[in-house]
Amino acid sequence: MGQSILLNALVLLAAALLFVPLAKRLNLGSVLGYLIAGVIIGPYGLGLIGQEGQVLMDFAEFGIVLMLFLIGLELEPANIRRLQKFILKAGLFQYTFTTFIIGLLFVLIGFDVATSASIGLAISMSSTALVLQMMKEKGLTRSPAGEAALAVLLTQDVAVIPVLALLPLLASKTADLGGSLISTLPGWLQTLTILAAIGAVMMSGKYLLVPFLRFIARSNLRELLTAAALFIVLATAYFMGELGISPALGTFLAGVVLAGSEFRHQLESDIEPFKGILVGLFFISIGAVIDFRSVTSMPLKVGVLFFALVSLKALAIFLAGGMARLTMDQKIVLTASLTQIGEFAFVLFAFMHRLSLISAPWMDILLFLTALSMIFTPMIMLLVERFLLPKLLAGREEGRASDVEYQPNPVVIAGFGPFGSTVGRFLRANGVEATILDNDPDRVTLLRKMGFKAFFGDATRLEVLKSAGIEEAKILVAAIGEWAINAELIYKARKAFPHLTILARVAHPVQAYELLSQGEAHIYRETLDTSVRLGVDCLVKLGHRRYSAFRAAQKFLRYDEEALKVLFQTREDEEAHLLTAREMIQIQEKLLMKDRLYNPSVYDHAWDASIREPEK
Amino acid sequence: MNRILIVLAHPRYEHSRVNRALIRALTPLKSVSISDLYEEYADFNIDVEKEKDRLSSHDVIVWQFPLYLYAPPALLKQWFELVLEYGWAYGKGGNKLKGKVAFASVTTGGSRSSFSPDGHHRFALREYLRPMEQTAYLCGLKYLPPFVVYGTYRLKEEELQKVASRYRVVLQRFQEEVPVEEIVNRPSLNDWLSERGG
Repeated sequence: MGQSILLNALVLLAAALLFVPLAKRLNLGSVLGYLIAGVIIGPYGLGLIGQEGQVLMDFAEFGIVLMLFLIGLELEPANIRRLQKFILKAGLFQYTFTTFIIGLLFVLIGFDVATSASIGLAISMSSTALVLQMMKEKGLTRSPAGEAALAVLLTQDVAVIPVLALLPLLASKTADLGGSLISTLPGWLQTLTILAAIGAVMMSGKYLLVPFLRFIARSNLRELLTAAALFIVLATAYFMGELGISPALGTFLAGVVLAGSEFRHQLESDIEPFKGILVGLFFISIGAVIDFRSVTSMPLKVGVLFFALVSLKALAIFLAGGMARLTMDQKIVLTASLTQIGEFAFVLFAFMHRLSLISAPWMDILLFLTALSMIFTPMIMLLVERFLLPKLLAGREEGRASDVEYQPNPVVIAGFGPFGSTVGRFLRANGVEATILDNDPDRVTLLRKMGFKAFFGDATRLEVLKSAGIEEAKILVAAIGEWAINAELIYKARKAFPHLTILARVAHPVQAYELLSQGEAHIYRETLDTSVRLGVDCLVKLGHRRYSAFRAAQKFLRYDEEALKVLFQTREDEEAHLLTAREMIQIQEKLLMKDRLYNPSVYDHAWDASIREPEK
Repeated sequence: MNRILIVLAHPRYEHSRVNRALIRALTPLKSVSISDLYEEYADFNIDVEKEKDRLSSHDVIVWQFPLYLYAPPALLKQWFELVLEYGWAYGKGGNKLKGKVAFASVTTGGSRSSFSPDGHHRFALREYLRPMEQTAYLCGLKYLPPFVVYGTYRLKEEELQKVASRYRVVLQRFQEEVPVEEIVNRPSLNDWLSERGG
C-alpha cells in the first residue's frame, strides 16, 4: 500500500516535471502541460497510474477541495464591490443566458426540461482556476478583459451555492444519495437541509472559525495555523460529505466565510505552498479521467456536441462582453479565455448522477467534454493571441500606418503601466522617443493614437522584442509590473542581446539581489525613492529642517544601495542560483541588521560647528 | 612626475565652448585626471570619501570653472564645504593637503580690461578668487595665480585653439615641475607663460 502510493506520487511528479516545462517552453502554459501529463500517465493513456482511475480521482477530489477553499478565499468582499457593475450585468447575463441556450440544446436532443436545465447550469460554469492562472501568466489580470473575466467567474462561483441547493428540486424522484444522512428525505426537505447546512457554514465563520483561528494564532506557532487551516478545510469537507453535499462546495464556502477575516492573507500564504502543486494535481487528474473509449464509440456525436457547446458558450460570453462595453479585441480575449467548462462542472455532474438526473454514460461524455474544453482553452488563447489580435490591432492602425516611417528608437520600454508610462513620458518630454511593448490592447491603441510607437505583445518572446526594434535599440527598460514576467524578460534579453543596456524595475530588495546575481547592474527599486521622499516629509512635519532631512535621504539612498551590493559581494557561494525562501528571509534580516549600525549624520560635520575648536 | 587633478565644475558643460576646448586640449596628457562634478554629483550629494582619496593621490589641484556673478558655480562651493573637512584638510590634525599645489582655471565673458579699477567689473579677477586663495592657504596648499580665458563670447576659433594649447603647455610643464617661486607673484599663469615665451 505504502509502496504503491509512493510509486503513484513518483509517477505524478515525474510526469509534471517532464511535461509542464515542455508546455511552458512551447508557450502553451502550465495548465495544458499538467493536462497532457495526466492524459499520458492516466488509465486511458499509458496506464501508469490508477488503473481504475480511482486513486487518481481521490487525488483530484482532494485537489478540488483545497483549490476551492483558496478560490473561496479569493472572493474578497472588496473585489466583489469593485466589480459590482460587471457582475450585475455581464456576469448574471452570461450565466442565465448560457444556461438557457445550452438547456434548450439538450431539450432539442431529447432530455426532459429539468435535466436539460441542470446540465445547462453546470456547463455555464467556466474554470476559475484555469482562467485566473492563465490571465496571470499572460499578465492580463488587470486588463479590461481580465477584470470582466474575473467578474464573470465570481458570479459563477457564487451561483454554485444556489445551484447545488436547487438540483435536488430538479430531480424528478427522490434521489439516492448513496447512504448519506439525508438520502431518505423527500426532495424539498433535502433542499432545505442543504440550505440550512450552507447557512450553518456561513454562520460558523464569524462565531466558530475566526475565534478558533484567533485562539490558535495566540500560540504563536506558525505551523499550527497551517494545520488549523487544513483542519478547517477537511472538517468542512467531511461534514458536508456526510450530508451528501459536495465537500468541494463546503470548503469553498469556508473559504468565502474566511475571505473577509483578518486571517485571509495568513491562510493564503500558509496554503500557498500546497496550492501550486495541488492545482497541478487537479489538472493532471482531469487529464487522466478522459475516457477515450467513449469518444471512439461515437466520435461524431461527441465532436458535434463539443463544437455546439463551445460555440454556444462563446456566443453568450461574447454578448456579455458587449454588455461590459469592452472593445472588440478585449471581447475576443474574454471569449477565448472563458469558453471552457469549469471544474465545478465535474462536481455538478457527479452530483447530478447521484441524483439520477443523468445516466452514467452521459456523465462520462459530459466529463470528457469538460476536460476536452479545458485542454482546448490554452490553445484557443494562443491562436487568438498569435494570429487574431495582431491582425485586429493592425487593422485599427491601417488608416495611419502609411505615414509612420519606420525609425528605430534608442529605447524600448516593456510594460507601460504607471511605472513604464512615467519613464516614457519623461523621455518624450526630453525629446527621446521610445518603442513601447504592452499586453493591454486598449492601452496600445491609445498610445498609438497619441503617436507613441507601441506594440501589443508578450515582451518575453524574442520575436516580439525583435519586431520592436530591440536589435537597433541601445536601452531596454524592463518595467513590467509582474515580477516573474519581468525577470523572464531580463533573463532572455540579456542572453539574446548581450550588449544591450537593461534598466530593470524591481519591487523588492530580494528581486534586486536576484538580478545582481545574474550580473545585472542597473536596478531600480520602484518604491525606494518614493518612500524615502515620504520619509523626508515625515521628518519635516516633525520639525526637522528640510535640507537636513533631504541630505539624510540622499545618504540613506546611497547607503541602501551599497548595503545590498556589499551583501551580495559577501555571499557565501559564488554560483548564481534561484533564491530559496530561507535565503530571502536571510537577506532581509542582514539588511535590517545593517540598518541598526547605520548612522546617517556621519560626514556632515562640514556644516556642524560643534566639533571645531573655538576661535582664538 | 606630478599628478594633476582637474576639479571641473560646469552646470551646462555640453553647451560650453571654451571649457570643453580646454578639457579636450588635455587629452594627450597622461598624468591628468578629471573629476567632473556636475556629471558625478548631479544631486549635489558629493561622495566625500571618494573626493578625499582623489585629492590624496594627486599633487596639483586645478579648480576649473566658468565665473558666474563673480564666483564659482554652486556645486564647487559645495565641494569646498564638504570635502575640505576640518581635521583632514585644515584645523587640528588637518594636514593632508599640505605642500600640494593649487590654482583656479577660470573662463569669463568679460574682457581683461574690464577687470580693472577703471573697468566695468572694477576689480582684478584674482581679487574675486580671494576666498579660494585663503582656503588654499588655510590648508597649506601652495596657491598659484589663475589661468584665465577672458572674453569667451568674442573668442574666435583660432584664438580658442591657441589659448587651449597654452593651457596644455602649462599643465605639461607642471607635470615635470612647478616653479612656484617664479610664478606666485604674476597676475596670471597666462602672463607667466608669455614671459617665458611659451
